[in-house]
Amino acid sequence: MGLISKKDAKLITDPLADNNPITIQVLGICSALAITAELKASIVMAVSVLFVLGIGNVVISLMRNIIPSKIRIIVQLVVVAALVIIVDQVLKAYAYELSKTLSVFVGLIITNCIIMGRFEAFALANKPWQSFLDGIGNAAGYGLILIIVGFFRELLGSGTLLGFKVLGDPIEKTGLYALGYENNGFMLLSPMALIVVGIIIWIQRSRNKALIED
Amino acid sequence: MGLKQNLHSFKEKNKDKKWLPAFSAIHTFLFLPNETTHNGTHIKAADDLKRTMNTVIMAMVPCLIFGMFNAGYQHYLAFGEIQQATGGFLSAQFWTLDNFAVGFWKVIPLVIVSYVVGLAIEILFAIKNNHEVEEGYLVTGMLVPLIVPIDTPLWMLAVAVVFGVVIGKEVFGGTGMNILNPALTIRAFLFFAYPTWMSGDKVWVAGAVERDQMIAAGQNVDAISGETILGSLAQGKSVGYDVMDMFYGLIPGSVGETSTLLILLGALFLIFTKIGSWRIMLSSVVGALVMGLIFNGLVSADVISEGSKFYGLMSTEFWHHLLIGGFAFGTVFMATDPVTASQTNKGKWIYGFLIGFLSIMIRVFNPAYPEGVMLAILLMNVFAPTIDHYVVQGNVKKRMKRVKAKVA
Repeated sequence: MGLISKKDAKLITDPLADNNPITIQVLGICSALAITAELKASIVMAVSVLFVLGIGNVVISLMRNIIPSKIRIIVQLVVVAALVIIVDQVLKAYAYELSKTLSVFVGLIITNCIIMGRFEAFALANKPWQSFLDGIGNAAGYGLILIIVGFFRELLGSGTLLGFKVLGDPIEKTGLYALGYENNGFMLLSPMALIVVGIIIWIQRSRNKALIED
Repeated sequence: MGLKQNLHSFKEKNKDKKWLPAFSAIHTFLFLPNETTHNGTHIKAADDLKRTMNTVIMAMVPCLIFGMFNAGYQHYLAFGEIQQATGGFLSAQFWTLDNFAVGFWKVIPLVIVSYVVGLAIEILFAIKNNHEVEEGYLVTGMLVPLIVPIDTPLWMLAVAVVFGVVIGKEVFGGTGMNILNPALTIRAFLFFAYPTWMSGDKVWVAGAVERDQMIAAGQNVDAISGETILGSLAQGKSVGYDVMDMFYGLIPGSVGETSTLLILLGALFLIFTKIGSWRIMLSSVVGALVMGLIFNGLVSADVISEGSKFYGLMSTEFWHHLLIGGFAFGTVFMATDPVTASQTNKGKWIYGFLIGFLSIMIRVFNPAYPEGVMLAILLMNVFAPTIDHYVVQGNVKKRMKRVKAKVA
């Protein structure tokens, strides 16, 4: 494996499936429900979290021996907040429309349980390289679910993907719409995101019975 | 060997086959099963699940038949081909073969889609999980076509049925385990997913949507509209139907929900056969009347002025609320669903009362859609176990006190 040993590789691959932060640990649900109505927003959110968690884990890991444990939560918050502000400013500068869609949810990355969870559970006790991989892995696991949910919600809810009208034009009545198909408005509402996440959890656990807990 | 015996031995022979549940579902629907329970405690009762379900379906059949006539009647009325029926419930203009034919061809596809899709999913899950097909869908499948607008596209209904049966019932463990009433879950799905097909003034009359499409295509025809009474009231328009029309059901609305008279008949049948809970029905009616009176009181106390957007619905005489919209149908056939309702007697009073109370409240205040029975029942479905819990705990406390008093 050269650069990444087998043990380290597991840090990335585990959170993608059998230890997924959303579907197995059930963390970070709020943002998964709130911003997945469009695929584009999901992708940007996934990338933002990838950035914050990857860098944040490294920073915390580097400081792990000098942070007094009594104030470690505050230190972690400062680190996340700094990173989130960077993300927020970049989005505002280069993708203003999108940052408006994501609105407070970029800022709320600070409170995303996945991030604090990884800082506490992993970065505080591991070396920077492993922490980096763990951060990337968990953020990717989170992003994967976001993108899956966003894909189905945008496709079925608006009939588009990344803004392209893949199913035809609902007003001109072309493509599927000529046959009488209509967009499912329920898909655009947050409750449906919860149901989609639930279905993913259901499928995952029925394929791997070991994941079922009582 | 007769047919019955043949079928039974066929079943014995194929005991281990995966598809057997599908066969026995149809088999036990037509014949009584040949086998009896051999061990353990069992209750002797004439009514098994299937008999119970069939009774409910029988109670709904008058509504279904009436719904077919009404669909045709509303269709021809809106197209100006017949005059408004004047002879009351037995009016000759209403019970015509023409009306029935139109309604029949509109309603039967809804019934077929509902049953075929729903039962297919039930059978699929039964085969996959290796258990017998439960009869839960028999009633749901009949309820669904009765509570949707006549012009609901069939594919939408199919999608909604898949959603309702899988998410509303199967994920909780199938018949008897569901938290929400599956028929209402299906309707709620349609309502949130395709709001334009569930509200407005087009979908309640067969053919109105088609007319709109013809106009959009440039043909020179008149648009027609069939606003429900609640719809007119919510917009502050006057209602052209008298109270007896509302009671008999000669009004636009979902297929089977319009005729309060026939629903009342069904209710009496359910109460008489002890299948539906009279406590829920009665307390729900009381709850609706109380809320209606409160609104009437607000209007007469001049809290709500004529300009208010709630004026139309609030000033409706309180007992009219029982006759219009889906209130009667929901109360009789869906609030009483034994699986999702409260189980304790005291709980049933509370549960029913809140359904009636909230139905009218949501009906008046819902900005998007002037009806609240569906949402009220679904909401109370969620709270039913909580109500039961507190009723049982209250009982425990009372009895504990008695024990303590005796000891002291």
